Amino acid sequence: MNFEPDELGYWGEFGGRFVPETLMSPIEELTSAYFAVRDDSAFQAEFLNLLQDFSGRPTPLFHAKRLSDALGGTQIYLKREDLSHTGSHKINNALGQILLARKMGKKRIIAETGAGQHGVATATVCALFGLECVVYMGAEDMRRQALNVFRMQLLGAKVREVNAGAKTLKDAINEALRDWVTNVDSTYYLLGSALGPHPYPLMVRDFQSVIGREARQQILEKTGTLPDCLVACVGGGSNSIGLFHPFLQDESIRMIGVEAGGKSNNLGEHAARFNKAGGGKVGVLQGTKSYLLQDKNGQIALTHSISAGLDYASVGPEHAFLQSIGRVEYASATDDEALEAFQILSQTEGIIPALESSHAIAYLLKLTPEMPPNQMIIVNLSGRGDKDVNTVQDEIQKIVHEKHEENTK
Amino acid sequence: MSNRINEIFNQLKSVNRGGFIPFIVAGDPNLKTTKNLILEIAKNGASVIELGVPFSDPVADGVTIQASAERALRNPFSVNDILGVVKEVRESGCHTPIILFSYFNPILQFGLEKFAGEAVKAGVDGVLITDLVPEEAEEFRWILAKQELALIMLAAPTSSDERLQKICKKASGFIYAVSRAGVTGARSSLSSDAENLVKRLRKFTDLPIAVGFGISNAEQVAETWKYADAAVVGSAIVAEIMRIAPDADNVPTDFVEKISEFSKKLLPK
Repeated sequence: MNFEPDELGYWGEFGGRFVPETLMSPIEELTSAYFAVRDDSAFQAEFLNLLQDFSGRPTPLFHAKRLSDALGGTQIYLKREDLSHTGSHKINNALGQILLARKMGKKRIIAETGAGQHGVATATVCALFGLECVVYMGAEDMRRQALNVFRMQLLGAKVREVNAGAKTLKDAINEALRDWVTNVDSTYYLLGSALGPHPYPLMVRDFQSVIGREARQQILEKTGTLPDCLVACVGGGSNSIGLFHPFLQDESIRMIGVEAGGKSNNLGEHAARFNKAGGGKVGVLQGTKSYLLQDKNGQIALTHSISAGLDYASVGPEHAFLQSIGRVEYASATDDEALEAFQILSQTEGIIPALESSHAIAYLLKLTPEMPPNQMIIVNLSGRGDKDVNTVQDEIQKIVHEKHEENTK
Repeated sequence: MSNRINEIFNQLKSVNRGGFIPFIVAGDPNLKTTKNLILEIAKNGASVIELGVPFSDPVADGVTIQASAERALRNPFSVNDILGVVKEVRESGCHTPIILFSYFNPILQFGLEKFAGEAVKAGVDGVLITDLVPEEAEEFRWILAKQELALIMLAAPTSSDERLQKICKKASGFIYAVSRAGVTGARSSLSSDAENLVKRLRKFTDLPIAVGFGISNAEQVAETWKYADAAVVGSAIVAEIMRIAPDADNVPTDFVEKISEFSKKLLPK
C-alpha cells in the first residue's frame, strides 16, 4: 500500500490545492523547496540535531502501569510528547519548517494557532533564529489559553486577535491566509497541522513522523514486539499522523483517531468531522478537500470542543483517505469524558495531560474493556496540561455547583 | 458560448470603450433587494454584473466583503435561491450578463452538474470560483462547457508565464486579472502590477481582460480602461450598501435608487 500523495497532493480523492491564484506561485515555490530538502541528508541532519539538542528528543515511551491496572490489564504506553520543549509535539514541525523558511530566505514568519501550542512553538523557533513572528489567534482561544498568549509575547511574537466567526482556529487560519496572500514575497506561512493546500499536509506529516519512528524503536527495545493498537487525538491531525505513519504498513496494528465529541452530536456542538450524522461531509475548506462540518448549503458550521486544539471544522486530507480505505478508525470522546480522563491520568500517573491528549486517554476507557488482556496500546500524549488548568478548574467547579444545586432541590 | 458576454465585449470594442463590472453580494441586505438592485444597476451602465455567493470563510476577501457576506448569511439561503433571483431578473427583461462569483464549497455541495444545469436555465452567463485554480478546475470546466457557461479564471501578478498560459487555456468569457497580491478591498492608489499583468496576459489570449481588486472610483476605472477591457468595482459598492442600509433588516425605501446612483458615478464621463 502506498501512502504518498500524487503530484497534485491527493491521497485518493482527498487533498489538492484550493487557493486563490495569487498563492499558487508561492505554493509551487514552497513545494519545490520542500522536495529539494526532503531527501537531503545535510538538511535532515540539521533537523535531527535541533530535535535532539534544542527540543530534547527522543521523548520517552513510558509504561503507564497504574493506568494499565486501572484499565483492567491492557498495557498502556505513553509517547511523552508533553516532555518536548514548549510542551507539545508542535515543536517538531515548527523546527522543520523554520529550517526550510531560512533556506528559502524568508524573513517574516506567520502562523495560526488554536490552543496556542503551535503559536508558542513558532514563536520559539523564530526567537531561536531571530526572525519576525506574527501569530493569528481567535479571540475565544485567546481567552481560554491566556497563558499561551503571554508565552508567545514573551518570546517576541506579535499575537493578532481574530474576531470573525466563532473566533477559533478556523478563523485564525483564514486571517493567516489573508496575510500570506498580501505579503507573498516576504512571508513564510508556518502552518501548524497536517492541513491546508499541498505540500503542507505531506510536509507536516513528514516532520511529525519522528514521533512514530521513535515509538516503534522504543517499543521494540522495551518489549520485543510491536503494539496491538495506537491511539491519538485528531484535531487537524498532526500528532496522530505523526504517530501512525511509520506503522501504516504493519497491517496487524489497529489505529484509532479520537475526535472531539463536544457537548452533543448536534451540528455546532462538536468537532467530530467523521460523524456523518453530526454533519460531517466531504467538501473544500482552506485549501484542501476533506471531511468538513457544514450545513446543507455548504456553509462551514461552527464547532465546539472543550479543547481549543481539536475545535476545528475540517481534518487533514490524509486522515480522510485513511478513513475511506478503512486503515484507521475514527471515534470521539465528549468534553465530559475528556475532563474525566484529564483527572484520571493526573491521579494515576502524576502526569497532567493537555485537554487535547485527554481525548485519547478518554477513549481508552471505552476501548480497553473490549480488548483481550495484556494487549499493548501506544497512546500519543501530545501535550502537557498546564495551559488547561484554569479551564479544568472552572469546569470542575461548574459540575460541583450543578451537583450541589441538584442535591438541595 | 456565453453569447451575452461576447456580445457586450464586442459592442464595447466597436465603440472603443471599456466595460464596467459592479460586484454585489447576493442577499445583502436581502435577496429581494438584490434582485431590484441588479435591475437598476444594469440600467445604469453596468456591462456585466458580478453576483457574489456569500460564503462563511471568504479567505480571498478583505473586511468589507467579509462583513457583507456575514450580513447576507444571517438568514441562511441556498445557491438555488440565488439562481431564483437571476431567473426573476431575466423575467423582468434584463439582458446584462450575470457572473456568479463564489467559493468552491457551496457549489460543490449543491452538485456541480446540477448547478450548471440550473444556472443556465436561470440565465446565468458564467462562473468565477475564487479558490479553483486551473489544476483543480478540469472537471468543472467541462461540466460548465456542456451548458455553454463561461468559466472566468483569475490571473494574479504573482502568476508565472507558465501559469498564465494554463489559465488562458482553461478560461472562457473573459479573464479576471487581480490588480495586486492581496485580498479584495478599496485602495486609494493602484499599483503598476495590474498593467504589467494585462500586458503579459495579452501574449497568451484574445479573451477580454477585466481588472479588479482595489478599484473604487471613476478615475481609477478610467485609468484601468487605458490598458484593460473592463474594470471591476466591488468593495466600494458593497461598503456603500452597508452605509446606506446599516441595519440590514430595516432597508431605507430609497436604497436601490441611492446605490444605483452611486454605481453610476463610478462610470467615467
